[in-house]
Amino acid sequence: MIEQNALLLLTGLPFGAAAIASTLPRQARNAEAWLSGAVMAAGVVILALLFPLIATGEVLRAQIEWLPSLGLNLDLRLDGLAWLMLLLVFGIGLLVVIYARYYMAPTDPVPRFYALLLAFSGAMAGILISGNIIGLVVFWELTSVVSFLLIGYWQRSQAARDGARMALTVTASGGFCLLAAMLMLGQIVGSYDLDTVLASGDVIRAHPLYLPVLILFLIGAFTKSAQFPFHFWLPNAMAAPTPVSAYLHSATMVKAGVFLLVRFSPALGQTPAWFWIVAGAGMTTLVIGAMIALWRNDLKGLLAYSTISHLGLITALVGIGSELAIIAAIFHILNHALFKASLFMAAGIIDHETGTRDMRRLSGLFGPMPRTGILAIVAAASMAGVPLANGFLSKEMFFAEAADWHNGSALDNALPYIAVFASVFSVAYSLRFIMSVFFGPPATDLPRTPHEPPSWMRRPVEALVLLCLLVGIFPGLAARWVLDVAAVAVLGDRTPYYSLALWHGWNTPLKMSLVALVAGLAVYALGARRFSGEAEAPPLLDRIRGQRIFDALMLRLGWKWPRVLHRAMGSDALQPQLRLIVVLTWLAAAFVLWGATRLVPRQVFEGVNPVFALLWAVGATCALGAAWQAKYHRFAALVMLGGAGLATCLTFAWFSAPDLAVTQLLVEILTTVLLLLGLRWLPRRVEKIAEDVLLPARLRRGRDAVLAAACGTGVAALAFAVMSTAPGLSIGDWFRRNAYSEGGGTNAVNVILVDFRAFDTFGEITVLTIVALTCFALLRRFRPAPESIALPEQQRPVPAAGPEDGTSPTPHDVLMAVPSVIMQWMFPLSIMLAAYLFFRGHDLPGGGFAGGVAFAIGLLLQYLATNVRWLESRITIRPTTWMGIGLLIAAGTGIGGFLFGYPFLTASARYVDVPLVGPVPAATAMVFDLGVFATVVGASVLIQIAIAHQSLRSARLRAREATDTAAAALHREAR
Amino acid sequence: MELILSLAIGVLVGSGVWLILRPRSFQVIIGLCLLSYGVNLFIFGMGRLVSGAAPIMPKGGFVDPAAYADPVPQALVLTAIVISFATTALFLVVIMASRGLTGTDHVNGKERDQ
Repeated sequence: MIEQNALLLLTGLPFGAAAIASTLPRQARNAEAWLSGAVMAAGVVILALLFPLIATGEVLRAQIEWLPSLGLNLDLRLDGLAWLMLLLVFGIGLLVVIYARYYMAPTDPVPRFYALLLAFSGAMAGILISGNIIGLVVFWELTSVVSFLLIGYWQRSQAARDGARMALTVTASGGFCLLAAMLMLGQIVGSYDLDTVLASGDVIRAHPLYLPVLILFLIGAFTKSAQFPFHFWLPNAMAAPTPVSAYLHSATMVKAGVFLLVRFSPALGQTPAWFWIVAGAGMTTLVIGAMIALWRNDLKGLLAYSTISHLGLITALVGIGSELAIIAAIFHILNHALFKASLFMAAGIIDHETGTRDMRRLSGLFGPMPRTGILAIVAAASMAGVPLANGFLSKEMFFAEAADWHNGSALDNALPYIAVFASVFSVAYSLRFIMSVFFGPPATDLPRTPHEPPSWMRRPVEALVLLCLLVGIFPGLAARWVLDVAAVAVLGDRTPYYSLALWHGWNTPLKMSLVALVAGLAVYALGARRFSGEAEAPPLLDRIRGQRIFDALMLRLGWKWPRVLHRAMGSDALQPQLRLIVVLTWLAAAFVLWGATRLVPRQVFEGVNPVFALLWAVGATCALGAAWQAKYHRFAALVMLGGAGLATCLTFAWFSAPDLAVTQLLVEILTTVLLLLGLRWLPRRVEKIAEDVLLPARLRRGRDAVLAAACGTGVAALAFAVMSTAPGLSIGDWFRRNAYSEGGGTNAVNVILVDFRAFDTFGEITVLTIVALTCFALLRRFRPAPESIALPEQQRPVPAAGPEDGTSPTPHDVLMAVPSVIMQWMFPLSIMLAAYLFFRGHDLPGGGFAGGVAFAIGLLLQYLATNVRWLESRITIRPTTWMGIGLLIAAGTGIGGFLFGYPFLTASARYVDVPLVGPVPAATAMVFDLGVFATVVGASVLIQIAIAHQSLRSARLRAREATDTAAAALHREAR
Repeated sequence: MELILSLAIGVLVGSGVWLILRPRSFQVIIGLCLLSYGVNLFIFGMGRLVSGAAPIMPKGGFVDPAAYADPVPQALVLTAIVISFATTALFLVVIMASRGLTGTDHVNGKERDQ
């Protein structure tokens, strides 16, 4: 149990800390560093405590169920390999946090930096200990996203933005391929559990889909680990702050790809395809990376290509795939992380203290920075593979594997020569790094005077370099124990004996190393001048630019092809789009329903009620009339729309749905008022458009009429087909049986809304609130058309009816004199009606929706009876407060369930005896309904008022226009 | 009764579809309202038509579900009524804003080329 929680902590703690880190104030550099450092240190401590268990070969597990029926759970598993990688993540993370505290400038927004760094370590830990292959991909994508944000940390720099975008495009596309591969793997194996997948190597390799799976999987791994031909994003990612480059882009994230290769080598490896693709890509990357690195003038650029090259080395080892090669790959993951992180930090120190990373300007820094110089020299020696440094050991193992016989293919025979060839360049660029920066004449044109960095900026480098030497000199003591557990985790019983020592005798690998060292020295000595030219790649390789291909592809995918497609198929007009939707929907429905004639008709022609027939004769006429008149006679169309609505409402009442009838009637009133308010802002449409009678317009209308008739016929036929068959089993039966016993209300509809399916209702009132706020927000920027600004006829004073000083009555005043008095008197009654509807809702037709709308109508009537100014000086209505309180009540009732240990929105119901009144239903669902009531009131009122207030705004516009005209007149007079 | 209601739904949907394909925004909003009537009645009809059997349950005792109308379509339609009011309001506001911005009430934001 404790181990399980430890696993959860390893991924959860960094994310939690990231949330805290992101909220700290901008200046809190020390607090941020302490927080992040503490989390990293905690990770290291947890790992240390778990080691005794891991060392016995045990695999620790933890599981949180999410969708067990789909096999989707948060499965965590920790074995030796993951343990070793985690140690790198948290250990180097700790050093990077310390380093970054001194590296980042006081003006940088550090909360974002540390929060992202922490989130990254959490996501990385997730990749490493995920026991479910889908979960693994999720964390995988998370690291891509965080890496994107970190590369683009200095948002103002164009290079940072471009580099971030490129890294995200490449790695996220790879992640997508990886997801596809994992889904296929899951289908092949029948489980998404990592252990099951790893144990099913034979099934996977024998499956016809093996090759597609392998290729998709490798695209995922290669993009992440910057393998040829996807390597080009990594140098561009160097626009990130140097701590990020040291952490993500050399020590940990890019290792996720090779980690994945090592992890899945038992499941996917051991085939010729694996050998050719993986070893081939690895060797190509190794050579290309090493060669280009030698030509780079930027310190970080050199290190980036060197990283690519070393990742290629690891990939090649996994591609070779023998047991010893896998061990060497794991060992080199560790060694490379140690020396490359320290080199990146050293480069960051040089950049920080001198102001430049250009090797053509840097020179002779050993004088002013001797300690940094020594550290960098040791680390670079490790990178070059000089004996006594850790890089030498894993390189020897690589040479041994390259020289060994595996399958006798052409690639296998060429391996040792390619390995030595690449190594020559690796020695040469290491030499160039050291010689051009630290030796030679003192530099003269540096932006800053170089000196040693703050001592704590150097400590992390010192720690890493010390580890490099320890592993290099005493490998058995310093590295054997972790390497053993990691190897057993991958190879299991196949783990061979291997020797980890500095001296293996005068053997082939040592000879290869010596050749590489001597040749490397020679290459550097002979060509030192040529490397620092303008061309930052060797003569032939500068032609092949992955980046150029990427840019061209992006241009086509993101700009040219979409535009062509849009021009060919797109339309910015609404009508064709809607027409397409209607046609496609009709076809889809026809496709599904085609041939579904196995319907058993009931008696249908019996008992046709003539009143009902008459009702719909009127209703249908209204609908057709509205359709006919909506263009030129809007008001008439609106009235007829109301007629169709009333027929609908009566139908609900007829067929046992009183709740619907009440709500429909009330909403009908609101909708009509709303549309009436909107009518004023639409343009006049009295003139007939001349070409309306021409053939094209007639054809358009004819086509739409056919479409409309087809839709109407289809829906009518479908409705008739369903309604004329006997109902089957319905979940409604359960609701009907349990409405009272479980929900404590007799009105089954209301109980469903506020109890059984309260969560849906909660979502719905939230939507309602959002819509109301959107209406309000949209109208704040509303500009009425000029012709709509003038007062409507009904509001203009009629001079003949009274004095001409503007106080004469308007037609509105005259017509509305009596109704407005009645409406004012109705206000208390309408509130009572609303309360009545609300309270009876749980047992009888009514409820929060109907009550809320009734209340809103009551208020609305007051607006109609008087006018906005009169009313609002007397009643203060705060619709947003109503909505807010309503949502809070609804959510609060739901959360109340937690207090008693029930899920969200669990209701309880009982009757309470109130003196004089008798038993009163007191269900918590009614409190929820109160929330619904308040939200509906707020939303309806807000929408109506927002539209009604537009008249006030146009009044202000009129006033401004009047003053403008007066001012212009004055101006003319003055002239 | 089923036949009449089906025909009514057909007329409502047909008129609605005709209107949402029209060029003027007011026609579209009326069309959407008619369409929502039709769809609401359609969903309601899926619970079959019964008269005089409102789903008001007795307090306790054995309940025969067949004696009452199906409450599930009713609950669905009840929320649909409120939501269609909200969308109508939103659409109206969008129409008003678009009219103010483009100077026309054509749904495409510009008059058909003359």
